[in-house]
Amino acid sequence: MNNYLEFEKPLAEIEGKAEELRAMARANEEMDIEKEAAALDKKAEALLKELYENLTPWRKCQIARHPDRPHCKDYIETLFTEYTPLAGDRNFADDHAVMGGLARIGGTPVVIIGHEKGHNTKTRIERNFGMARPEGYRKAIRLMELADKFGLPIISLVDTAGAYPGKGAEERGQSEAIARSTEKCLQVKVPFISVIIGEGGSGGAVAFATADRVVMLEHSTYAVISPEGCASILWKDAEKMREAAEALRLTAQDLEKLGVADRVLPEPLGGAQRDRAGTMASVGKEIETLLKELKQKKPDQLRKERRQKYLDIGAKGLAA
Amino acid sequence: MNWISNYVRPTINSLFSRREVPDNLWSKCKECGTMLFHRELTENLNVCTSCDHHMAMTPRERFANLFDGGIFSEISVPTPIADPLTFKDQKKYPDRMKTAQKTTGEAEAMLVAKGDMGRTPVVAAAQDFSFMGGSMGMYVGNAIIAAAQEAVKTKRPLILFSAAGGARMQEGILSLMQMPRTTVAVQMLKEAGLPYIVVLTHPTTGGVTASYAMLGDVHIAEPNALICFAGPRVIAQTIGEKLPEGFQRAEYLLDHGMLDRVTHRKNMREELITVTRMLLGLSPAIKGDLPAPVEKAKKPKPDPEK
Repeated sequence: MNNYLEFEKPLAEIEGKAEELRAMARANEEMDIEKEAAALDKKAEALLKELYENLTPWRKCQIARHPDRPHCKDYIETLFTEYTPLAGDRNFADDHAVMGGLARIGGTPVVIIGHEKGHNTKTRIERNFGMARPEGYRKAIRLMELADKFGLPIISLVDTAGAYPGKGAEERGQSEAIARSTEKCLQVKVPFISVIIGEGGSGGAVAFATADRVVMLEHSTYAVISPEGCASILWKDAEKMREAAEALRLTAQDLEKLGVADRVLPEPLGGAQRDRAGTMASVGKEIETLLKELKQKKPDQLRKERRQKYLDIGAKGLAA
Repeated sequence: MNWISNYVRPTINSLFSRREVPDNLWSKCKECGTMLFHRELTENLNVCTSCDHHMAMTPRERFANLFDGGIFSEISVPTPIADPLTFKDQKKYPDRMKTAQKTTGEAEAMLVAKGDMGRTPVVAAAQDFSFMGGSMGMYVGNAIIAAAQEAVKTKRPLILFSAAGGARMQEGILSLMQMPRTTVAVQMLKEAGLPYIVVLTHPTTGGVTASYAMLGDVHIAEPNALICFAGPRVIAQTIGEKLPEGFQRAEYLLDHGMLDRVTHRKNMREELITVTRMLLGLSPAIKGDLPAPVEKAKKPKPDPEK
């Protein structure tokens, strides 16, 4: 663990101390610190449990954005075999914020699409922090068409703060690209599973997450606007993001109640970043289960039910 | 809060203000500052007579000018669950709604109607920017679905006038879900082979642009309308540089291939009739003023266009 969130600072202190003790013991074999270190471990674990049992929506937003969470690339490398990236929108460029291509999961060939944020400064810049431009959405459209043509299921991994608000992106039709991508999601006749692995940021997320089944990780979020953006518009104060996060109902738990998320996958104690392999394995298992379920359905039925699902969303509010 | 401030002062004020020109007789053009006489402005379709600035128009004003003889029948929209998230920012969402309903006299931010346009039966939907910035929530989604269903049922084209600041934040994720919902509505029209024409008016932004407003068979915009996904302020902040003149305005989008046409409001109706009739394979419309449709004109009405 290298990166602690702000609210995890007390935890960082305890875990830091335990780590220090162990380092000292390694340097000096005569020292017996195990008892003390174990006590600190215990204290840390209790604190971790306490922190994560009662997370506020704003803290969840921070966890969803945690740099150490497994990202799209990690999932692809871990869960899929024979990943063959397919690049470009055949029009303007290849958007590196969007990963996509052919791969197998549990032997089944699928088309995979996802936002990749990058894991260090270099890759983050290369990936534009996971914020796609129109080319990214047009690449996704092309890949969804490919999947539809050859009857391959589509898996999308959503993790974006939103579509990129840039001059070129607007000039090349960011809105049109997002609209067409959402339209394509509702057009294809193949099984479509979407997993929100971190941040589901507004239109940039909808364009990939309009699926037969939307799975959300326990600490992932999905919202119409970022809490900061909402706060600056409605509260006229970007510092009111805590209130905004609360009001927006953007947690996976609330979204399941609203019928937007079909399933919430539990994360390890302390969030996905504390057990990356475990988190990824449970996502993989869920995808395979859902694939099996959706494969039973006929192509027309899949599309019909997907459209009906979206027509019905929201009819009951939080009582759904 | 006493007798003087509550009663005496308003009474004195109202006595004095009566001698002044009532507000609603004159309005000022935001673009050029010219004072415009109300009747003249209405006759000119809320377009400034001096600088051609296209001012906002309510859905009812639009429909009065779109349909033959100004006659249309409203299509009812299923009312969604009120305040689904019990949302509260500085104000409660239901309070904001009440204020908007009071000031506009409308139930919500979209009006759907059917009628004849140049003797061509159509369904039309218009977004109301004066109602909470035209924002797209459950109701607007329901309105577009109702419009599409009516169009499919009666085999009519759908003409949609968009105007919105984007999604309605007070409905959280459910407002975002109107992007796929309205897309399904557009797909109903497309699969029925019916024309779907979008008229983009000032402003059309955010999730609205990124869904039904950009999925039309034909995109026509009003001059100088702001049309974008992310607003100019957000972009200027992100890239930290000044944006070019006219950025994200209708003419700019036309240049960048996102629109079919930019059309002055006074020509809009004729153009919609022409395009719709060609797409439907109908004969050219009869030019000039048209009487109200026969079957609906039970009581003879004077032609408002004369």
